[in-house]
Amino acid sequence: MSDTNAQADAGAATGTPAASGERMTGAQSLVKSLEHAGVTDVFGIPGGAILPAYDPLMDSKQVRHILVRHEQGAGHAAEGYAYSSGKVGVCMATSGPGATNLVTPIADAYMDSVPMVAITGQVASAAIGTDAFQEADISGITMPISKHNFLVTNPAEIPNAINEAFHLASTGRPGPVLVDISKDALVSETTFRWGDELRLPGYRPVTKPHSKQVREAATLMAESRQPVLYIGGGVVRSGSADKLIELAELTGIPVVTTLMARGAFPDSHALNLGMPGMHGTVPAVGALQQSDLLIAIGTRFDDRVTGHLPSFAPKAKVIHADIDPAEIGKNRHADIPIVGDAREVITELVEAVKAEQAAGKVGDYEGWWRQLNEWREEFPLGYDEPHEGVAAPQHVIQRLGQIAGPDAYYVAGVGQHQMWSSQFIQYEKPAHWINSGGLGTMGFAVPAAMGAKVGSPNSTVWAIDGDGCFQMTNQELATCAINDIPIKVAVINNGTLGMVRQWQSLFYNERYSNTDLETHMIPDFVKLADAYGCHGLRCTSPDEIDATIEKAMELNDAPVVVDFVVHKDAMVWPMVPAGTSNDLITVARDLAPAWDPEV
Amino acid sequence: MSRHTLSVLVENRPGVLARVAALFSRRGFNIESLAVGPTESPDVSRMTIAVEVAELPLEQVTKQLNKLVNVLKIVELDPNATVTRELLLIKVKADVDNRSNVLETVRLFRAKVVDVAPDTVTIEATGDQGKIQALLAVLEPFGIREIVQSGMVAVGRGHKSITDKSVRSSG
Repeated sequence: MSDTNAQADAGAATGTPAASGERMTGAQSLVKSLEHAGVTDVFGIPGGAILPAYDPLMDSKQVRHILVRHEQGAGHAAEGYAYSSGKVGVCMATSGPGATNLVTPIADAYMDSVPMVAITGQVASAAIGTDAFQEADISGITMPISKHNFLVTNPAEIPNAINEAFHLASTGRPGPVLVDISKDALVSETTFRWGDELRLPGYRPVTKPHSKQVREAATLMAESRQPVLYIGGGVVRSGSADKLIELAELTGIPVVTTLMARGAFPDSHALNLGMPGMHGTVPAVGALQQSDLLIAIGTRFDDRVTGHLPSFAPKAKVIHADIDPAEIGKNRHADIPIVGDAREVITELVEAVKAEQAAGKVGDYEGWWRQLNEWREEFPLGYDEPHEGVAAPQHVIQRLGQIAGPDAYYVAGVGQHQMWSSQFIQYEKPAHWINSGGLGTMGFAVPAAMGAKVGSPNSTVWAIDGDGCFQMTNQELATCAINDIPIKVAVINNGTLGMVRQWQSLFYNERYSNTDLETHMIPDFVKLADAYGCHGLRCTSPDEIDATIEKAMELNDAPVVVDFVVHKDAMVWPMVPAGTSNDLITVARDLAPAWDPEV
Repeated sequence: MSRHTLSVLVENRPGVLARVAALFSRRGFNIESLAVGPTESPDVSRMTIAVEVAELPLEQVTKQLNKLVNVLKIVELDPNATVTRELLLIKVKADVDNRSNVLETVRLFRAKVVDVAPDTVTIEATGDQGKIQALLAVLEPFGIREIVQSGMVAVGRGHKSITDKSVRSSG
């Protein structure tokens, strides 16, 4: 960059937000807007159409840009960052393929309600619609997978679009918002104006619950005999874990935490029955099935939780509280619908329950707990140790959780290792479990762990990945090594696409069509780690597990990759086969609990 | 399944029609009729959407529509208290021999002739769906060359207006 350029840029993008009314380019206005929105970290890759924005970005003292190796990595990093920092995650890419590479993380953030702003360059407005080089209609493409998106062709509209994007991403039900900016809007001159009123007349999320509904819910809770607090990711997003403990302890009602809500309620708490769903615990699944009242908060009756919907919790009345009215009654009729922010709902429920109790109406759940405790004793989570000195993947993950402890962040990919991580790590804090729940995106772990580490640099961040997932996005190890983002990666290496293999074992007559990755031979993950400037460790026997994890915990000068070679045929249990009733849960092959199914 | 008419007030911005139409298609609903046009406020457009759908899915699609940031308000119109109209242009074969018969039909239906050629007559008709269907049935034997029909527009009877409040809040 020449001196004159440096001077010109210094006037506009100096790190501290400038006063409104200054003349600058659209690109400078974009950087200023990001600074005003409080952005400190952006993950992205430059390219033709977004290039004008990267020039002033270089001079921003507030915004650190982390150059990733693939745009998908930028998107997942923004998601991981949002979890660990509590802020909106930001990713940036150029037009065409840069933007389409963000599609997977945008869809992922949409399914899991992660606050994220994606900024993409677009071809010049005169070229839009001409099939220009690197043109893709990214606002059209992301319409069904984003909370909202903007196509900006007028530089004067950049600050408002950014302001509105951050507002939309972080309020109501959080989600991804895309801002697509044409190249001519980035290079033309404009007058910077920040702080105009939001022009979102059609956006009015309801956060305060209806008090009559809350009072009715409290009455129903006192009258019920077999209630369950069915807790979803909304409780994590709204930061209401402390309030949930208050409500649960006040009522003595058992709690189940979905995959997205692991950590929303401490696993060590006596009222926690664990995770419900396809791979949930017997007490959690049984509690839902036998319940007479579900108090569902910030959750959406996903098919992985309900199983065959008509036979789900057949005796239960339903109180359903969610910030998104469209989730209420979508899959299951709600007897008491409550629209509101989970924190406000739980806070008001606590007061309503106290009022009921003061009037002498206290729920009696003694018989219910007798039943639940029986299931707990009879069907604890467990696994079989494999033969002849091979490591059990569950054992590796369990020890990892015990050694790294509840302050660490755990970031999983998708598959068996994800389910074992949800089952065998004891979560005590909300948002410390980060995974791709709704979309089920293989390859999520490494880039999301990178983002989580940037968002919480002093915390230990473990990516727990499968050997299949790891090979989808591990190029971000280079980003981590170069930018001093020392994540730790545990590759649970069983040499196959394990979850698919499990289904083939159970439902396809052990015909293993295209699931053997032969990862025990190619690639060599220790050498790969070394090539990426990371520490590479390998653990092949159960005796080495603790020592290897402890060694990895000590290495903080660079990312660590541990190749845990584990048993190939380990399976995730319990399991409810897809599309069947939760009553058909099996604890292990051919072993099922006995309760009376209603259907 | 029954027919429902939704009046949807939206921000007058590019891409809003695509958002609404795409939402119907990805949630598996078939739009039977769609009409979009300006309202008394320049910032607000009004869509009249007719769908054939059961009660519960309709509630879901309405809630999903409400989530679109550019959607201001959705009202389901009561079929018993609503005026609905469609506009139809029909080009019918009509020569010297049968033109008077065609014109007689036009008069009976209080339709209008908007163009005459040596062997065709083009007719403009408005009305509700029943009237339009009846007119088409009568014209059919003459030989229909071309039909173009608008989506249905609808407005509730009485003094109330669905645009009052949302127009104020968007202004």
